[in-house]
Amino acid sequence: MIEAALSAPPSDSPLRRVSDVLVRRRGLLLALLLTPPLLWLGIIYLGALFALLAQSVFSIDEFSGTVVYQPTLKTYAELFSPANLDIIIRTIAVSTVVTLLAVIVAFPIAYYAARYARGRMKALFYVAVMMPLWSSYLVKVYAWKLLLAKEGAVGWFMQAAGLSGALDAWLSTPIVGGPSLSVSYTGMVLVFLYLWTPFMVLPVQAALERVPVTLIQASGDLGAKPSQTFCHVILPLAAPGVVAGSIFTFSLTLGDYIVPQIVGPSSLILGQVVYTQQGTAGNIPLAAAFSVAPVIIMGVFLTIAKRTGAFDAL
Amino acid sequence: MRSSRERQSKEGPPLGLRLGAAAGLAFLHLPLAFIILYAFSNEDRSFEFPPPGYTLRWFGVAWNRPDIWAALGLSIRVALVSTALAIVLGTLAAAALARATFFGREAISLLFVLPIALPGIVTGIALRSAFNLADISFSFWTIVLGHATFCIVVVYNNAIARFRRLSPSMIEASMDLGADGFQTVRYILLPAISTALLAGGMLAFALSFDEVIVTTFTAGQQQTLPIWMLSELIRPHQRPVTNVVAVAVIALTALPILAAYYWTREGAPIAGAER
Repeated sequence: MIEAALSAPPSDSPLRRVSDVLVRRRGLLLALLLTPPLLWLGIIYLGALFALLAQSVFSIDEFSGTVVYQPTLKTYAELFSPANLDIIIRTIAVSTVVTLLAVIVAFPIAYYAARYARGRMKALFYVAVMMPLWSSYLVKVYAWKLLLAKEGAVGWFMQAAGLSGALDAWLSTPIVGGPSLSVSYTGMVLVFLYLWTPFMVLPVQAALERVPVTLIQASGDLGAKPSQTFCHVILPLAAPGVVAGSIFTFSLTLGDYIVPQIVGPSSLILGQVVYTQQGTAGNIPLAAAFSVAPVIIMGVFLTIAKRTGAFDAL
Repeated sequence: MRSSRERQSKEGPPLGLRLGAAAGLAFLHLPLAFIILYAFSNEDRSFEFPPPGYTLRWFGVAWNRPDIWAALGLSIRVALVSTALAIVLGTLAAAALARATFFGREAISLLFVLPIALPGIVTGIALRSAFNLADISFSFWTIVLGHATFCIVVVYNNAIARFRRLSPSMIEASMDLGADGFQTVRYILLPAISTALLAGGMLAFALSFDEVIVTTFTAGQQQTLPIWMLSELIRPHQRPVTNVVAVAVIALTALPILAAYYWTREGAPIAGAER
C-alpha cells in the first residue's frame, strides 16, 4: 500500500520531470546555476584580465610608437627605472598613510557603534556610515574641491579660528605641504581618507561586535588600565576587521586616478600613470605592466590578510 | 550576566570615545552639506566662502541644459540594464554557493568578489584592451558589460546572506507537500529572497549610476552623468550648474540607499528566517 503510494508519480508533466531530475541530481543543479555567472565572469572579466597580462609582455617601438608583438620582459624592466619605481613607492606610501589614518578615524565610530549604541541609535549609526559610503564618488570629490580651494571653507574656518598661521606653517613643511591645500599631499590624503573611511568602519565594527564584553571586564578586573585593555585585548581581537578594511582602503587608493587629478601635487601616482600611458601616450604595454603592479601588491596584501582571518570579518 | 549588564550601563561611553565618534561622523557628513549650500550661491567664478549671496537661478539654468539630460538618460539606461543582468547572475551564483560545498568553491567565490577587490582601473584597462584586441567598438553595451561585472558581487552578497538565513526545512516542507522544484522556487524561495534582491538591485543601481573609473575606459565618446561631472571637474565651464547637478545626484542616490537599508535592516520580517 505504502509502496504503491510512493512509487506512483504525482504527475507526469514534463516540467515536473525536469524538476525531479534537478532535485535528485544536485551536481547538475549546481552546474546549471553556476554556468551563466561563471561564463560571464570567466569570459568578460578573466578574459579581459588575461588580455591585459598578455599586453604587458609586449613592448613598444620607441621610434614608430607602435606595439611590437614579441614577448619580452623589456616593459617590466621599465617599471624599475628610477622614475617609475619612485611613482610606485610614492603610491604605496600614500595608500599606507590613508589606511592608517582611516583606522584612527574609523575606530571610535566603530567602537561606539559596536559597544554602546543600541536599538535606534545603532540603526542610526549604520545609516550614518552607509550613506557616505554609497553616495556619489564624484560629488564627494567635488565637495573637497570646494572646501580646499584657496578662498574656500577650510581656509575661512582656519582664519576664523585664528589658525591661519598654523595652516601656513603646515603648508610650508616639505612633502606634506605645497602652495595651497588643494595642490598638496595633505589635501589628497584628506580626500582619500574621506572617501574610504566608511569602508573601514563596517568591518572593524563587525569584528568589535564579536569581542565579548566579559573579556573586557575580565581584563579590567585583573587590574589592567583602560589603555592596557585596549592595547592587549581589544586591538588584537579587532585586527581581522582592521585588515579587512585595509583591503578596501589600500586597493581603492592604489587604483584611483581621479582624485590626484583634481586635488594634489603635480607629481603623478600610479593610477594616473596607467591612465596617461594607455590614453595620450598610447603605450598600452607599459600601462598594462603598470596595472599589474597593483594586482601584485594586492595579491601580497590579500595573502597576508587571509592568514589573519580577515575574510571572516568581511 | 545581570551584574555585567548593570555595570555596562552605569559606565557609559567615555568622553574621549564620544568625541572621537562624533568628530568622525561629522567628518563623514559635513562636506556634502557644503555642496548643498554652494548650489544656492550666486558667486559663479570662485568657491568663495561664505557665499556672498543666495539665488535659485542655477536650478533653472541646469534644468534647461540638454547635455545634462542626455547624460542622465544614458546613465539611467545603463544602470537599469546592468542591474537587471546583475540580479539574474548574482542570484544564480548565490543560490549555488549558499550551502553547497565542493572542490573549487572558494576559488569561485573569490572570482565573484575579485571585480571589487582589484582596483577599478585594472578592470577598466583590462576591458579596454580586450575590446581593442577583439575589435569591439565602444557602445552602450560596452559600458553595460563593465558595469554588470562589478554589480554582480553586490547582488551576490545580499542574496547569499539571505539564502543563509533561510531555513532549509522550508524548502523541504514545500517539497514534502507535493510542490515540484519550480513551484518551490516560485512560491517559497522567491518571496523569501525578494527584499534582499530588491536591496541588492538598489545598491547595484546606485553603484552603476555613479561609476566613473571603469566607465572612462569603456565609454568611448559617450557621456554618462559621472563622465559629464568629471569633465566639469577637470575643466569647469559653469561651476554653479555643476553644483546643482551634484545636489541632484546626492538626492537621487540617497533614495535607493535608504530603500536598500530599509529592506535588509535587522528585524525586517522575512518568511522562513532561522530564528
